Amino acid sequence: MTSVTAAPRGAEGKAKSVEDDLPLQTDSSGRARQTTLFVLRKLGLFVLTLWAAVTVNFILPRLMPGTPADAALAKLAQNGPVSDATKAAIEAQLGVPTGNIFEQYVSYLHQVITLDFGVSYTFYPQTVAELVSTALPYTLVLVGAVTIIAFILGTLLGVLAAWKRGTWLDALPTLAGSFASAFPYFWTALLLLFFAGYVWRLFPTSGAYGPTATPNLSFAFLGDALYHAFLPALTILITSLGGWILGMRNTMISTLGDDYVTFAEANGLKPRVVALRYAARNAILPNLTSFGLALGGVVGGSILVERVFGYPGVGYLLFNAVTNQDYPLMQALFLMITLSVLVANFLVDILYGVLDPRTRR
Amino acid sequence: MTTMTATQQPAIAKAPGPWSVFVRVSSTIWSNGKARIGLIILGLFVVFAIFAPLIAPYGASQNGFDRSADPTAAHWLGTTAAGEDVLSQLIWGSQVSIFVGLVAGVLSTIIAVLVGLSWGYARGFGGDVVNFIVNLFLVIPGLPLMIVIAAYLSGGGIAMIITVVVITGWAWGARVLRSQTQSLRSRDFVTAAVFSGERPFRIVFREILPNMTSLIVGNFFGAATSAILAEAGLEYLGLGDSSVVSWGTMLFWAQNSNALLTGQWSLLFAPGLCIALLATSLTLINFGVDGISNPRLREGKQR
Repeated sequence: MTSVTAAPRGAEGKAKSVEDDLPLQTDSSGRARQTTLFVLRKLGLFVLTLWAAVTVNFILPRLMPGTPADAALAKLAQNGPVSDATKAAIEAQLGVPTGNIFEQYVSYLHQVITLDFGVSYTFYPQTVAELVSTALPYTLVLVGAVTIIAFILGTLLGVLAAWKRGTWLDALPTLAGSFASAFPYFWTALLLLFFAGYVWRLFPTSGAYGPTATPNLSFAFLGDALYHAFLPALTILITSLGGWILGMRNTMISTLGDDYVTFAEANGLKPRVVALRYAARNAILPNLTSFGLALGGVVGGSILVERVFGYPGVGYLLFNAVTNQDYPLMQALFLMITLSVLVANFLVDILYGVLDPRTRR
Repeated sequence: MTTMTATQQPAIAKAPGPWSVFVRVSSTIWSNGKARIGLIILGLFVVFAIFAPLIAPYGASQNGFDRSADPTAAHWLGTTAAGEDVLSQLIWGSQVSIFVGLVAGVLSTIIAVLVGLSWGYARGFGGDVVNFIVNLFLVIPGLPLMIVIAAYLSGGGIAMIITVVVITGWAWGARVLRSQTQSLRSRDFVTAAVFSGERPFRIVFREILPNMTSLIVGNFFGAATSAILAEAGLEYLGLGDSSVVSWGTMLFWAQNSNALLTGQWSLLFAPGLCIALLATSLTLINFGVDGISNPRLREGKQR
């Protein structure tokens, strides 16, 4: 998912740079109002996108042939004839939609707002909301922490590669990065699991904590959880690092050609100051936009990683829901994953506005 | 990024034909060292895929050999838990990956070109709506969406996988091509075309499109890479047709037959390595493609 065609990344940002010579409003009240307006505008867009995503989640199953109840009945019918009573019971349990599409939509929105997604039928009698809220923290911490580490590390390596262009410091991270980012997530995971888990027995082979531990906030448990999370985290780091290195390297190379960098060099500033304070600071902005978008890819990859390691996060639960045709659980999980990515994108947008005052206008 | 490849000749010269464009693009890509490695790897896989019946020692699902055997002279990479030859499956499996990459790459590039160019050229309210839809597709995480759609369309096989990959994969290219179209629209040659009375359709596809060859080629390789990875991922999860022999289903069966416990490294290692090599080759080719669009990214020139 990490697209490596980095050339067009800065295109939209650069178009605005003509009008950014001097701040037009210098009084602080005007700037505060501008900031509020900017946040409100982004918030409005966020709510609109969220609504659209929720609606996609509503339309999708209705575009597909059959209903969940049909699928469950077909599964049962393989074992023999299904009585009318069983059929009615299954339809009641799986909540076969009643009323016209508009009424269905209203009751669906109500369900979403109250987070009432009904009962999972793989893990009956647990509710979908319970299952999701148990799994979500694992994925959020794992993916969130690793993505931030990968972004910082990859950006630094990208700056280094661009600055030392043509040397081994450029060639090594660029080549290794593009090779590693082409690794399928699940293959990296399988290899790490095979060698570090089964052959060398360095790390546990599945789960998020030991069989005897109970989740709490003690140091012993957190240490155990960290130990179990190490291999999944390493997998995501290996596969996502390359994208950041390449992205940062390419924007950095464009920035290094800009006049102000040449001017800073001509002024006799130390190379390190030119690289970090002048070039990297401006090159990081387009990279930050792709941060939000790449997050979706990392979340997707983490589904495969969690499947390999049997890590009880959202991805593993989604895999279980899909293989067991547990549609209520599947829908809720897809919604939650989308919601997480949307929130992350919203936060990146706000951060972008803080870092680049031009976007606030 | 805004390099013209076609307009640097004298105005009287005839526009280059598609064949000469192809030759020039290929030679620019070939001149880049990384891209050359990529082209060679890709070429090898294509040869394997086309000549699989001649190269593979056994049939793709020909079984009856020893089960879960380690590599021997007769089976260079051992056999699967169902008694099939791993090397033969690997060679036959390249057909699926290359086919999916090619078809899904072409289809999502076509959609990206159609949406991106018309959206970048047209002005007005429609643009905002398209903008919103494209952003929505960009922000919805791709693989979870693919998994959900694949779960509803269970048992669709390769055609289903291609459909799902195209539905989730066109938006990025559309956005990239749109911003390039917007910046080209204000150029003099477009204004000249408008004043000479050309129809918008012709301006977009005959005047603007040729200037974006590099972006479109790059987009194709990017889309094909993600299609190959997505296809393997979906099949690994068992969401494709698990009776088709492909690299993804090989890994699916490897995990389901506990190759991790029996220590059959070749069964785990080989299919994934092939996916990684094929995807890397496309990424490497894109280094050369980046070089066409941005001379600063060409090799051998210091900053």
